[in-house]
Amino acid sequence: MQYRSQAVAKPYFIAAIGLFVGQILFGLILGLQYVIGDFLFPEIPFNVARMVHTNLLIVWLLFGFMGAAYYLVPEESERELHSPGLALLLFWVFLIAGALTVLGYLLVPYAGLAKLTGNALLPTMGREFLEQPTITKVGIVIVALGFLYNVGMTILGGRKTVVNLVLLTGLVGLAVLFLFSFYNPDNLVKDKYYWWWVVHLWVEGVWELILGSILAFVLIKVTGVDREVIEKWLYVIIAMTLITGIIGTGHHYYWIGTPEYWQWWGSIFSALEPIPFFMMTVFAFNMVNQRRREHPNKAAVLWALGTAVMAFLGAGVWGFMHTLAPINYYTHGTQITAAHGHMAFYGAYVMIVLTIISYAMPKLRGKEASDMRSQVLEMWSFWFMTVSMVFITLFLTAAGVLQTYLQRYAEDPQPFMIVQEKVELFYWMRELAGVVFVIGLVMYLLSFFVKGGEQYAATADAA
Amino acid sequence: MGTVFTKSVARNIYYGGSVFFILLFLALTFDTTGKTAERDNHEAITEQVALGKRVWEENNCIGCHTLLGEGAYFAPELGNVYQRFGSSTEAIVGFIKSRPTEGIPGRRSMPQFNLSDEELEAVAAFLKYTSEIDTANWPPNIQG
Repeated sequence: MQYRSQAVAKPYFIAAIGLFVGQILFGLILGLQYVIGDFLFPEIPFNVARMVHTNLLIVWLLFGFMGAAYYLVPEESERELHSPGLALLLFWVFLIAGALTVLGYLLVPYAGLAKLTGNALLPTMGREFLEQPTITKVGIVIVALGFLYNVGMTILGGRKTVVNLVLLTGLVGLAVLFLFSFYNPDNLVKDKYYWWWVVHLWVEGVWELILGSILAFVLIKVTGVDREVIEKWLYVIIAMTLITGIIGTGHHYYWIGTPEYWQWWGSIFSALEPIPFFMMTVFAFNMVNQRRREHPNKAAVLWALGTAVMAFLGAGVWGFMHTLAPINYYTHGTQITAAHGHMAFYGAYVMIVLTIISYAMPKLRGKEASDMRSQVLEMWSFWFMTVSMVFITLFLTAAGVLQTYLQRYAEDPQPFMIVQEKVELFYWMRELAGVVFVIGLVMYLLSFFVKGGEQYAATADAA
Repeated sequence: MGTVFTKSVARNIYYGGSVFFILLFLALTFDTTGKTAERDNHEAITEQVALGKRVWEENNCIGCHTLLGEGAYFAPELGNVYQRFGSSTEAIVGFIKSRPTEGIPGRRSMPQFNLSDEELEAVAAFLKYTSEIDTANWPPNIQG
């Protein structure tokens, strides 16, 4: 750690990991509800558990992004953070608001929560991923503004690197696009059209800028490759992201009442969306192959390579699989979508946050890298979680293909619930893979507490 | 990537490409806003339908169902439930009303939301309005 104020990243990372654990536990509940329909009913119905699962994911990734920014921005800017106190204050505001919201989901019926928080004044609740009470959304905006002010002032007053500027662009985009969550017209088509400006333009737009800049930062640090080379790659990758991803929003506008020309725009541009992810994979492997130093943190290198590969598979390949309009006509809103969502979020965003945590946490705890035994355990957790996520995705894909065929494609289409019973085996297998994921997660948690073994040898920059 | 393709070339592609495609997207959005009016069944949005959308949202229906293919994949698609239920709002009301409070042993069951008659009729009207949006012939069949 080069600057004292980088230490504010630590509580953000710890909170991120804690909420990650909660997210996964609710994932297990949901997986079980798929096969034992009345599990925890009516205390925690599926919709509540799902809301907790997805909202915790979003919140812990945001904690991870903010922690990443607080860690890397001072180092890139070569100065202390503008206000470490503000960063800590916002940490508590965000954590308490997040905890209260999740408790609200679990303890009060959703309609009651809507009444309690005055949803009628400015109705924004009850839309997928944006279920938070309006007051929580306002809180998110306030936290985002304070955070951007803090990070922005730091960058403006210091060295302006490409990593910093791309990260800041991504974060500003994140905050600005979130404002569309306050637009909720009675017209369902318009509602859906702009809902995607938050959801799609986040995950297939500005979040990729955040992903790219964090990955570039870690690669600069662990490989020692010349910054100029890495920054050029970063520009090309994010250029391709926005060139393909913005019009790629069109793949959500096929069947929601928007004009049919979107079937062309959406298909063509989203077919190109795997390109930036493929470039990211080539980039990560090239940089590691051309490394000028051996960094003692092997685990961080593994996560960095892993996120590049898994983002390409999950977002790129699994996205492409069902993005062309004639295919999507049959697969839209089936388990295929769920399969894609799981691997894409894990590969692109979960793993990039775990990458920066893996790189930064040892430094925040006062050493260059964790002990060898701790790293070995962390790398085992990488394989457990990643391989089990591959299997979760494969089982959901199998379920989705069958569902698509039986319910949508076959000569004699069958009702939804009948088809769900027929694909039950794959849901059981998915749940089993989920249990393996939890084992990996426990190993991951333990890796922070394991000590001993040698340090991996480090060599200085060759150049 | 040699000397011709420098970092500043890469940066210019990023800035130029982004600006171009943001503007294109805004232009398409402008065009869509005009053309969608012919397909989105907005004439049918009465006060009752608007209330129905609130009821739909404030009970987090999207947490289990899909609507025009978006949402959760735990329960049936509802974009065409009006047609699936024999083009009858009464059938929709009857179904929601009759959900057992304690669920069905071993099976998925919709919660009992204890909606008032006004809310029940509103949410059914909302689903009827939704079913009449021109969705380019999606879903492929009545099963949703």
